[in-house]
Amino acid sequence: MMMNTPAASPSTLLEPPRGLLSPKGWLTVAISLLVVAVLVPALNLLVPEGHVLHMSDYAVGLVGKIMCYAICALAMDLIWGYTGILSLGHGLFFALGGYAMGMYLMRQIGRDGNYQSDLPDFMVFLDWKTLPWHWAVSDSFVLQMLLVLLVPGLLAFVFGFFAFRSRIKGVYFSIITQALTFAAMLLFFRNETGFGGNNGFTDFKRILGVPLAQPSTRMVLFVLTGLVLISFYLMARWIVQSKFGRVLQAIRDAENRVMFTGYNPLAYKLGIWTLSALMCGVAGALYVPQVGIINPGEMSAAASIEIAIWAAVGGRATLIGPIIGAFFVNGAKSWFTQAFPEFWLYFLGALFIAVTLFLPNGIVGLFQRPGGIVGLFKKNKGEQA
Amino acid sequence: MTPDLMEAGAEVRQHHAELEAQKESSGGRNASFGRLLTAGTPDFAHGVALYLDDVTVSFDGFKALNKLSLLINVGELRCIIGPNGAGKTTMMDVITGKTRPDLGTVSFGQNIDLLRLRENEIAEIGIGRKFQKPTVFEQLSVFENLELALKADRRARASLFSRLSGTQLDRIAEILTLIHLLPSAQRQAGLLSHGQKQWLEIGMLLMQDPKLLLLDEPVAGMTDEETERTAELFLSLEGQHSLVVVEHDMTFVDHLTQGKKKVTVLHEGSVLAEGLLSEVQANERVVEVYLGR
Repeated sequence: MMMNTPAASPSTLLEPPRGLLSPKGWLTVAISLLVVAVLVPALNLLVPEGHVLHMSDYAVGLVGKIMCYAICALAMDLIWGYTGILSLGHGLFFALGGYAMGMYLMRQIGRDGNYQSDLPDFMVFLDWKTLPWHWAVSDSFVLQMLLVLLVPGLLAFVFGFFAFRSRIKGVYFSIITQALTFAAMLLFFRNETGFGGNNGFTDFKRILGVPLAQPSTRMVLFVLTGLVLISFYLMARWIVQSKFGRVLQAIRDAENRVMFTGYNPLAYKLGIWTLSALMCGVAGALYVPQVGIINPGEMSAAASIEIAIWAAVGGRATLIGPIIGAFFVNGAKSWFTQAFPEFWLYFLGALFIAVTLFLPNGIVGLFQRPGGIVGLFKKNKGEQA
Repeated sequence: MTPDLMEAGAEVRQHHAELEAQKESSGGRNASFGRLLTAGTPDFAHGVALYLDDVTVSFDGFKALNKLSLLINVGELRCIIGPNGAGKTTMMDVITGKTRPDLGTVSFGQNIDLLRLRENEIAEIGIGRKFQKPTVFEQLSVFENLELALKADRRARASLFSRLSGTQLDRIAEILTLIHLLPSAQRQAGLLSHGQKQWLEIGMLLMQDPKLLLLDEPVAGMTDEETERTAELFLSLEGQHSLVVVEHDMTFVDHLTQGKKKVTVLHEGSVLAEGLLSEVQANERVVEVYLGR
């Protein structure tokens, strides 16, 4: 607790410590870097299979996938936790990034598909003779990676501009984002749209000419995802600690006051909204080669709502919380769906209710109370007495 | 017009602007020919800070403001009273750009048409507003609340890289002392008492250094001692700033007007009476409106 006595000099009162991270925080970042870039590759590639310390390919794939989800949760925290705008359409940006990467991967299959054609299998199946216009740059890795950023970014920018300019707020905004992702899902389900219909893209063979099935390729993707997650975390920390970040929180707490103080909330909201969508797009692009499939299911309403649940479970407006939340919920999901497949959704629902009722600040909130977890029970007792 | 000529013209203008800035007044008068007006700065040469003329606002046929006309002079402290629903808050909404009137003109100084500007632009040219219900950024510290209100570049990109300078820190410390919140500088604003939040909001207004302050029931929920201190604060601001105070507390109004300043009574969206507090209190129609028949 920071308690200042009137006796302290004004300068110490006024200048709060504003390093990017505390020494402990930097240590955590350094350890995460080591784990992602050294420990996991070593345990997976160097330690022989069957050894106690060996990390299976399955585990690497799972953690890699969850790290992509964690990027989405982090993006959600910026827009929901800090700015107070609940988006129920972030799955769309994730899927668009994924599709942009998927298009490139489909072209990399070349003639190794079932029909041995230059065109992706689903196009042959539809009896198409040439690539549709929106596949024009799909052969170029660089251009297609630009699309990973451009498509979600541009869509978010245009949508956000009109929504924020019309001052659509709160639950109305959430509903519109939900409708947006649902509409996109219906569009992508159609075969004529040229994205493989309900099967989406799968059966990828290689990336940049290197086979995807090779353990080293998978490891490179894993390390890359980890590095992106850590850099996004540092970037988000930098943003929320700047004055820009404090304006975002001010918008969340009292948008009217922000306007009457002379700020135009539109620029701030639009900026963080677009950035958040871009982060999701990158996460999607990293997800697809690791998981090996992308289909319109990622645009379903439930997928977007899940992102919000990860953020809420971990702890909103903490940055680290949503990352923890993504790991906790998805870890539980992969264990539950193996052990008790029928009960996963019940568990997810119960978890969400429990977090809402007992942990308004999420898992991270538990540790921020005075006295930690023990403090929670002590306080509850005190309230009952 | 060649680029050279335009450049030369800009230089001359710059030179005149510098000369103008050094002058306290032009030969004892404020108004004169050849005075330079910077875009976006209100022109107060005629002594009028705020000018409302024939303003009408109706919500579904109900006239919240009915041909309201009001003049606030530069440096004036004007109290506005009136029963509930008289249109006091709507008037503030119109001035600050929250509500657009159906008819009428609203101008700041003689040159700025407030009806063309958005809320944040109106705030930036120097009109500060305190809400009826104290609105501060609850999750931020008292210090951060004031920091955000500090007069500085409001654009998003500038905010990303902004750092506080020594002068700015001093300014924040000065306001913190003025509003008696220096010891609570690092406290979360949401944890302050109601009266302290009111003070913080007033402090935020002062950070913006506005030329005109609109204060909607600034002493609601304050203790007697706090009320008195607030009155003193407002009286000290009078002269350098123009103030419009909407208030129900007649002792506070009496304290502010000190028996010699004008009070405006609003009723059903227009001015019912204007004059000294004692005069309007003696006015039969005012009594009728306040007490009912």
